[in-house]
Amino acid sequence: MARTPKLPAPPLPSALKAPPPRPDSANGRATPVDHAQEGGSSVVDWVDERTSLSGAARWMMFRKVPRGTNWFYTLGSATMFAFLSQAVTGVFLAMFYKPDPSGGAYESIRHVTNEVFLGQFVRGMHKWGSSVMVILVFLHMGRTFFFGAYKYPRELNWVIGVVLLILTMTMSFTGYLLPFDQRAYWATIVGVNINGTGPLLGPYLSDFLRGGPEFGATTLSRFYAIHMMLVPGLLAALIGAHLYLVAKLGTTAPPWLKAEKNPDLRETDA
Amino acid sequence: MSKHGRHSSPYTLDRNIPGAFEGETVTRRRFMTGTAHGAGAIAAASFALPALGFAIGPIFKEAPHTWESVGPTDMFPDNDYVPTVITLTPGIGEAGKTTVYVRKRNPLIDTDAADRDTQFIAISSRCAHLGCPVRWVDAAERFICPCHGGVYDLLGRRVGGPPVRPLDRFYTRVAAGQVQIGPRYSVNSELERFSPRDPGEPIDGIGQFAYPSRPSTRK
Repeated sequence: MARTPKLPAPPLPSALKAPPPRPDSANGRATPVDHAQEGGSSVVDWVDERTSLSGAARWMMFRKVPRGTNWFYTLGSATMFAFLSQAVTGVFLAMFYKPDPSGGAYESIRHVTNEVFLGQFVRGMHKWGSSVMVILVFLHMGRTFFFGAYKYPRELNWVIGVVLLILTMTMSFTGYLLPFDQRAYWATIVGVNINGTGPLLGPYLSDFLRGGPEFGATTLSRFYAIHMMLVPGLLAALIGAHLYLVAKLGTTAPPWLKAEKNPDLRETDA
Repeated sequence: MSKHGRHSSPYTLDRNIPGAFEGETVTRRRFMTGTAHGAGAIAAASFALPALGFAIGPIFKEAPHTWESVGPTDMFPDNDYVPTVITLTPGIGEAGKTTVYVRKRNPLIDTDAADRDTQFIAISSRCAHLGCPVRWVDAAERFICPCHGGVYDLLGRRVGGPPVRPLDRFYTRVAAGQVQIGPRYSVNSELERFSPRDPGEPIDGIGQFAYPSRPSTRK
């Protein structure tokens, strides 16, 4: 087999590794079948030779995790998948939504729900998925808190997580107005006025959110732009930073795990 | 300069930098770094500042004053409210409308300062708690808010629940036999006038300073 020189193979489980060539196959020369079989890895090699991405992928995915890692450690990934679900369903809902306060917004939502094929399903995923995401965010935060995973050196990741929580709340607040029914309208009136009760700056924050002193023509499009462009970009970028720090710093062992008893590993020179 | 030690001079010439000019204190490397950073900052500011101003501009824009007729003067008694609907924000249909409760001024019960702008009492239906719509309940002779239980008396003064001040009012005037509703204003618990505030903002005591009048709602 005339194989091109390759980077070291990733530490895959043996079941996934390519079998060695059989001694009776074409006297060691590459057949078209061999070339076809190598097609996929050739493409990967081609990209990797030009980007060195496999190192980063290996660094990200093949990490050592502490003993005692359990299902609670999946809450962060679950939150991220809830976000991805919101992002995908949101993009498709945006294809139908019209941020028109004089009736068009409500009508477009009604159209999606009642007439578009699978519209009710996709909108339902987005609507209920938002609650799922908020719940998962809080469970993930609780896990981090009770496992002490916010302590040195992971404080910055806690801070990023809190910003992500605030952005998630911003998404919930701005998304709530978009159906533009009575509940959405009055909930937004109340929500904006709650923001306004902050002394000194609160009234200005209300004006900023509404785009003026009264709920007006631009309020809905403002909320829509914040909901579908401003905050999702920030969320995605900060999730990237959050994940980078997780990979960089590693995860913590659960607090109930006893310290290592092996005397060879014990630090004696304090 | 400190990294060059005590022998360093502010002049590049003294520091034996090749191609230095007489009297030159900034190295070309430093100058180029500063230029590149400055150009980047100018380029970024040229789109960031207009975008920021565009986003926060509405905070400083004054809303226009409008007067809207709601009915002939004899439509409004002086002992009961008549609900009328005015448009606060034109162009957005139902979402821009609000209910205003109007009655004729009654010297026996209205003890606030009277002038030509308050010959008819126009009470805003916007609850002073968080902005839900209150309704006038005849049997109770109270304004009652459905959201969090705010209760106001005939004059719009809070008698129960979480609201922080009385219901807002509108200036009124009579033109060609029609009662017209004008700009909104807020009142404190003594029914003294203040420029319009948002719901949830107290204006008694320190509240009038903690929640100042804004450019967008100056009266």
